[in-house]
Amino acid sequence: MKTESEVNVFVDGVLNYFGTTVQQVAECGTPYLALSRTPEISDYTGMIRISGKRDGVVFFTAPKSMLCVMLMRMQETDMSHDNLCDLVGEIANTLSGNARRDFGHQFNISVPAVVHGRNSTVDYPPNTRAIVIPIEWRTYHARLVVCLN
Amino acid sequence: MNETMTHRLLVVDDSNVIRRRIERVQDLPGIQFVGAARNGREALEMHEKLRPTIVTMDLTMPEMDGGECVARLVERDPDILILVISALADKLTAIDAIEKGASGFLCKPFTDRQLNNALRKLIE
Repeated sequence: MKTESEVNVFVDGVLNYFGTTVQQVAECGTPYLALSRTPEISDYTGMIRISGKRDGVVFFTAPKSMLCVMLMRMQETDMSHDNLCDLVGEIANTLSGNARRDFGHQFNISVPAVVHGRNSTVDYPPNTRAIVIPIEWRTYHARLVVCLN
Repeated sequence: MNETMTHRLLVVDDSNVIRRRIERVQDLPGIQFVGAARNGREALEMHEKLRPTIVTMDLTMPEMDGGECVARLVERDPDILILVISALADKLTAIDAIEKGASGFLCKPFTDRQLNNALRKLIE
């Protein structure tokens, strides 16, 4: 990540996603550089590989309880593990895809991969540092992690 | 297509949450939901069986992406109405979808009202 404005692309995407999809505003804390090579993840994590103009990974990680409430806000009654995986992947996909508005057409995104469990690990491109965007929604805490070279 | 006919809606998206949401919230009297597909290949198979007249189409999907599926559906049925619903928010993506034969483009995330307005514009 090169500039504050690039980080703000993802912050704006998060605010727009929550305001539109679950129609309740979220707040983003101050983004920070991850100290660890492997930032802490939550119950469900959706990952998008980035290629083309930039190379890296974007992932959205959230607790199960938060994803369940988000589904309820969307009038979804199916709170199964499969649907929680689906939602977290779709959020990662939407936040990454929306970034093309600013990063351009060559900012290619993969289909989502999802990992379950706080002990799972996420691979990063070598020689990059991850930027963590803390997300507060209702009483829940999630994170968007952006790692681009 | 005329305004009094009932349109048959096929929803194509690799996300189950999105497929179910579109089925649930679309409430236009002229549109009847007939099925949902998880990727472009499934959509082509379901098109054979269900003969939809209107399709909502995601772009980034496994097996066959939405762009290729739009082109193949329009080749089969030039009158089919396709609303591309994608998170890919750059203008070139929207232009490319329209050039392949899509009739409209709606960016994710979307509200229920935005979805119904986009579908209404297609059938009017």
